[in-house]
Amino acid sequence: MAGKKAIVPETEYLIIGNSAGGIAAAEAIREVDREGAIAIVSEEPYLAYSRPLISEHLAGERSLDSMLLRSPDFYERNKIEALLGTGVARVDFDHKLVELEDGRRLAWRKLLLATGGAPIVPKLKGSHRKGVFTFTTLEDAEKIREAVNPQHKAVVIGGGLIGVSLAGALVHRGVAVAMVELMDRVLSTALDAEASHMVEEALRRKQIEIVLGQTVKEIVGRPADGGRVGGVILKDGRTIACDAVVFAIGVAPRTELAAGSTVAVNRGIVVDRHMATSCRGVYACGDAAEAYDFIHKTNRLIPVWPNAVAGGRVAGYNMAGRPTRYEGSTGMNALNCFGLSAVAAGLVEPKGDPTCEVLATSSAANGAYRRIVLRNNRIVGMVFVGDIERSGIVFGLMKDGINVRRFKEAILSPGFGLAALPDDLRRKRLSLPNSQLSEARGNEE
Amino acid sequence: MRPVYVREEVCMGCGLCEVYCALAHSISQDPIKAFKRERPRPVARIRVERTDGLFLPLQCRHCPDSPCVYACLTGAMYKDPDSGAVAVDPDKCSGCWTCIMVCPCGAITRDADMGIVAKCDLCPGRDVPACVANCPNEALAWAEDGAGVDLTEPAATAGGRTRGW
Ligand SMILES: Cc1cc2nc3c(=O)[nH]c(=O)nc-3n(C[C@H](O)[C@H](O)[C@H](O)COP(=O)(O)OP(=O)(O)OC[C@H]3O[C@@H](n4cnc5c(N)ncnc54)[C@H](O)[C@@H]3O)c2cc1C
Ligand code: SF4
Ligand code: SF4
Repeated sequence: MAGKKAIVPETEYLIIGNSAGGIAAAEAIREVDREGAIAIVSEEPYLAYSRPLISEHLAGERSLDSMLLRSPDFYERNKIEALLGTGVARVDFDHKLVELEDGRRLAWRKLLLATGGAPIVPKLKGSHRKGVFTFTTLEDAEKIREAVNPQHKAVVIGGGLIGVSLAGALVHRGVAVAMVELMDRVLSTALDAEASHMVEEALRRKQIEIVLGQTVKEIVGRPADGGRVGGVILKDGRTIACDAVVFAIGVAPRTELAAGSTVAVNRGIVVDRHMATSCRGVYACGDAAEAYDFIHKTNRLIPVWPNAVAGGRVAGYNMAGRPTRYEGSTGMNALNCFGLSAVAAGLVEPKGDPTCEVLATSSAANGAYRRIVLRNNRIVGMVFVGDIERSGIVFGLMKDGINVRRFKEAILSPGFGLAALPDDLRRKRLSLPNSQLSEARGNEE
Repeated sequence: MRPVYVREEVCMGCGLCEVYCALAHSISQDPIKAFKRERPRPVARIRVERTDGLFLPLQCRHCPDSPCVYACLTGAMYKDPDSGAVAVDPDKCSGCWTCIMVCPCGAITRDADMGIVAKCDLCPGRDVPACVANCPNEALAWAEDGAGVDLTEPAATAGGRTRGW
């Protein structure tokens, strides 16, 4: 691409990715700048939809209409040009241009890379066969929906959040499911062992077969039709007959547009506390970026929805000229798995870290479990199963780095709430700050 | 924005606010029908927390920078641009509980029958929220403008700015 800017239409703000991060950024820009031209480009042809809801779509419970993040007039109302269904092929960071896959070119002043993640597909013998899928887009959900029926069995590779969510959807469709997970428990990055086992119980109650400590070595064809999936062979030699295989191992940040440029990439695109990349005028957020984690006190990949929105918002404000600092986030997941509610955030499994103290209680009677991980009397991790409604209070205490020495035992009691906090702290926490975004993190006692 | 304020030293923990909140959000609006027969069961969006010597009726603070809205996975949780009230669209909510995880007040409830969340909506259509109107002790107040007001301050501070009792 040559730098002939004059003939190329120019937009003030160009956003690549029409999802959690991209939409949050566009809205933040519009809070500050009512007029500057915004364009959002996305490979996916749809109006922005809730990616986590592809499971409900697969289950047959939701049409695209009820998955939309915003009303259909969102783009028009906010004067956003939506270029949907065409990918960005290349970015010229020096001349501030992009080239779309359909050949169009666009010049920009500020750029946001909200490109998300791509499903991880290991190199496996037989993965070319018909009936092998990934599960991260609406299109994936539709393909699976067309391919499976209640006489079928599916093997889900991966027992993480995507795998669990997918398994739930398949069960809803009446499809038998076997889940193959490499670790010795499901949700091993999101939950601690106790909570993982509670989820496994819930899955098994729905006849989901859970195969732990195993991987799929090969996907084999049908005896009569080698082109179609007939089963998988596990590492230990066992075979599972099936009609479909879905990779749900996780996502890898999509950093390909930054390759070979001045935009620094580690595992994800590296951003500072303003969500700015190493290239001036270029920002990144969401699953594509490595942003600040306030528990680990370093930049990390944390591919969850709320963090994409939080980072996108900060990027948007900064792009529009309102200096805003990203307060950071941490790993956090909420789960509603066949009626089992769970919430977990931060460092849930400190694995023998001597600086950490773990407090936990469980009550077999009502299936409730609570665990907090503390370091110097500050919460650094939390897990709630069953009765989760007060978990946000604990998340808030963790996020604000509050010293909980005076009442830490109370956090585990079933009746815990704001009333259990010491008077001074409760009063402070009830008068919420105006903006939590630009505030520096307090380290109050 | 006018959230409901609590004068915690006046609350006697009777729980009537919970009853009237659930009733106000019932289909029938009739106490006998609502609590005996109605399905989905009406859900209170206010909860009286009780500890030794303290009763704290608590519902959504309608935070200016609402963590629940920005965490919501589906766009169901939103802030009304005109009133500033934070509300949930029951048709969009998927019951993922992400908003519950980030609400610093623990003010969001699971509606078990519906499989979605329920929270204080400040009773649209009523002059005064049902909890405020029906508290026999005037422990709840609906204040004009909450900015900077300590919600737990005694009536002496809040009194000049509130109405509804
Ligand atoms: C099944 C499933 C369930 C999930 N459940 C949860 C959950 O319960 N809770 C939770 O917190 N998170 C969940 N997630 C994760 C969550 O969806 C992601 O963290 C979130 O979508 C990240 O948002 P993003 O804006 O960074 O990127 P994405 O949502 O991945 O969007 C990026 C977009 O950019 C487009 N794009 C990329 N490159 C280009 C290019 N070169 N040109 C044009 N367009 C491009 C992509 O096509 C895509 O549309 C789930 C994910 C899946 C798949
Ligand atoms: S539900 Fe919680 S986070 Fe949301 S506005 Fe109300 S108090 Fe704030
Ligand atoms: S439970 Fe409903 S309102 Fe809350 S985050 Fe999930 S979809 Fe949004």
